[in-house]
Amino acid sequence: MVFEVFRQERKGQAFQHAGSLAAPDERFAEEYAREFYGRRGESQAVWVVPREAIHEIDDFADELERNYHRVDGYSLKEKLKAARERAGTSAS
Amino acid sequence: MSERAQALLDLADDELVLGWRDSEWTGIAPSLEEDVAFSSIAQNEIGHARALYELAARGLGTTADELAFDRPPAEYRCSRFVELRLVPEWDQTIVRHYLYEVADGVRIEELKGSRDPEIAGLAAKIDREEVYHRIHAEMWIDRLRGSRESGRADAAAERLYPLALGMLDEALRPVFIERVAARTGWDFSGEATVARGEHDDGWEPLWQEMTEVRRSEPGAQW
Amino acid sequence: MTGREQAFLEYVQAGGQVETTDWMPDDYRSKLIKFIEMHGNSELMGVLPEREWIGRAPTLQRKLALTAKVQDEAGHAQLIYRVVEDLGKPRERCLDDLVSGRAKFHNVFHYPTRTWGDVGVIAWLVDAAAIISQKALLKCSYAPYARIMKKICWEESFHILHGRDVVLTMMLGTDGQRALVQEALDRWWAPLMMFHGNPIPKAEDPMYVWRIKSQGNEEARQQFLDGYVPQIWELGLTVPDPNLRRGEDGFWDYTTPDWDELRHVVTGHGPKTEERLALRRLTREQTAWVRDIVLAEAA
Repeated sequence: MVFEVFRQERKGQAFQHAGSLAAPDERFAEEYAREFYGRRGESQAVWVVPREAIHEIDDFADELERNYHRVDGYSLKEKLKAARERAGTSAS
Repeated sequence: MSERAQALLDLADDELVLGWRDSEWTGIAPSLEEDVAFSSIAQNEIGHARALYELAARGLGTTADELAFDRPPAEYRCSRFVELRLVPEWDQTIVRHYLYEVADGVRIEELKGSRDPEIAGLAAKIDREEVYHRIHAEMWIDRLRGSRESGRADAAAERLYPLALGMLDEALRPVFIERVAARTGWDFSGEATVARGEHDDGWEPLWQEMTEVRRSEPGAQW
Repeated sequence: MTGREQAFLEYVQAGGQVETTDWMPDDYRSKLIKFIEMHGNSELMGVLPEREWIGRAPTLQRKLALTAKVQDEAGHAQLIYRVVEDLGKPRERCLDDLVSGRAKFHNVFHYPTRTWGDVGVIAWLVDAAAIISQKALLKCSYAPYARIMKKICWEESFHILHGRDVVLTMMLGTDGQRALVQEALDRWWAPLMMFHGNPIPKAEDPMYVWRIKSQGNEEARQQFLDGYVPQIWELGLTVPDPNLRRGEDGFWDYTTPDWDELRHVVTGHGPKTEERLALRRLTREQTAWVRDIVLAEAA
């Protein structure tokens, strides 16, 4: 069975994919992950997951204009200029 | 030599030679994953030997390397159990690994209670690493015994168990017997044991190999 | 080349990264597998000359360091074969091809080790030559391989220091120890000069064209000479090449290596090739029962 290993280098950091290994079961996978990704003190913690438990999604539908929930949907420069002029507070 | 030094050397010599034998698998273990895992165990054993030699060396006015390499072969106190060359037999290697970890666990436990704080402290450190050795050994023994090749484990146990027992002081043997029986059902305690002090035929050639480079330039730094 | 293949080529040449499940041209995939497999084979075969000295290491620290170094190499082989497996070629088939002589491994691992001097020279200089290539592979267009190279380079960092420490200690030791280092260097120099391969121009090297390699062979060799010849000379060691010199333009001149010998060695005719492949075959057979039964059976 192939297991994927994720490692956390320092406390507070995200767990990142580190590699994969072949093992007959979880017990062996844990032991091997410990040695491969921890024998040099390079990991604070490690997650070991059977590859089949991982589902990758790499296609996302984005056909219609959706900038209403993104920063690039908000261009306030013109409105701000007009509002300052109306209030008499624009820089001369 | 004091009793303290004697006891430390018994342990150090066992760890040194077992680590030496276990390191013979580095690069040729049954799988690459296992190669890395088992090599760490071998390195830890050498590391434990080094720490024990350093402790003994302070009391004897020498160094760890001198104790590890420069004594005549007959003066080493390693048990026959660890001297056996078991490569390329993985079944024998794993059974020795398991039996050794149980036996070593028993004597380390005793040392943790030593009135000598240096010995107790070092024993505690060693034990914290040995936890993982025990996990690894048990994992393999369970899997081997649960497989179609379980007969190999029984055959290896019959050969190695008396040697393991012989490595321990008499007072510690009952605990070993009980622990091994609980996990595996093995009990060959009726067989004759081999006491410490008798070396295996393979010991002298191993010592020759271990010390070959070092003896080529006596007293040199390497 | 089809339109799609051309677009892919432009993509990788512009620095694009490829993942396991991406479409890739057949030629790219097959060259990739061959290249990466040779790397895995080299790590696995490189273990054999070095592990001969684990048992003879003359101090506890050297014993630990050498064992850890060889352990790393087995670990690197594991990482590399996993990448090849995900590209479609299982580990056991790679090992079949290796032990049957069908697949290649780097020239340096076909030569004998004779003394503790070799241990120092190999860890210092052979590993240095390898690290130069490995650092260039950090930019490989195939991302899973580039990613494992990060871990490999990180672990290799102590190998060179260990090698240099072994050599320095011997150079500060006895006449006999210094002679061991010089003698080992005399034997290893020619294989080292061949390590990065013959100076095929980058544009003609398919590995470079596909950005599997990001560095040409000669570039790598020059980097090695620039970095390490001064380190060799400053210890009072000599390099057995009277033509070795650094030109004013920074380019190193040297006696042209015997490229026929390189071809001869990597096609399976090195001094130790057959013996080492036979050892791999043997140990593989002796532990087959462990893989086939114990490690394979469902719990």
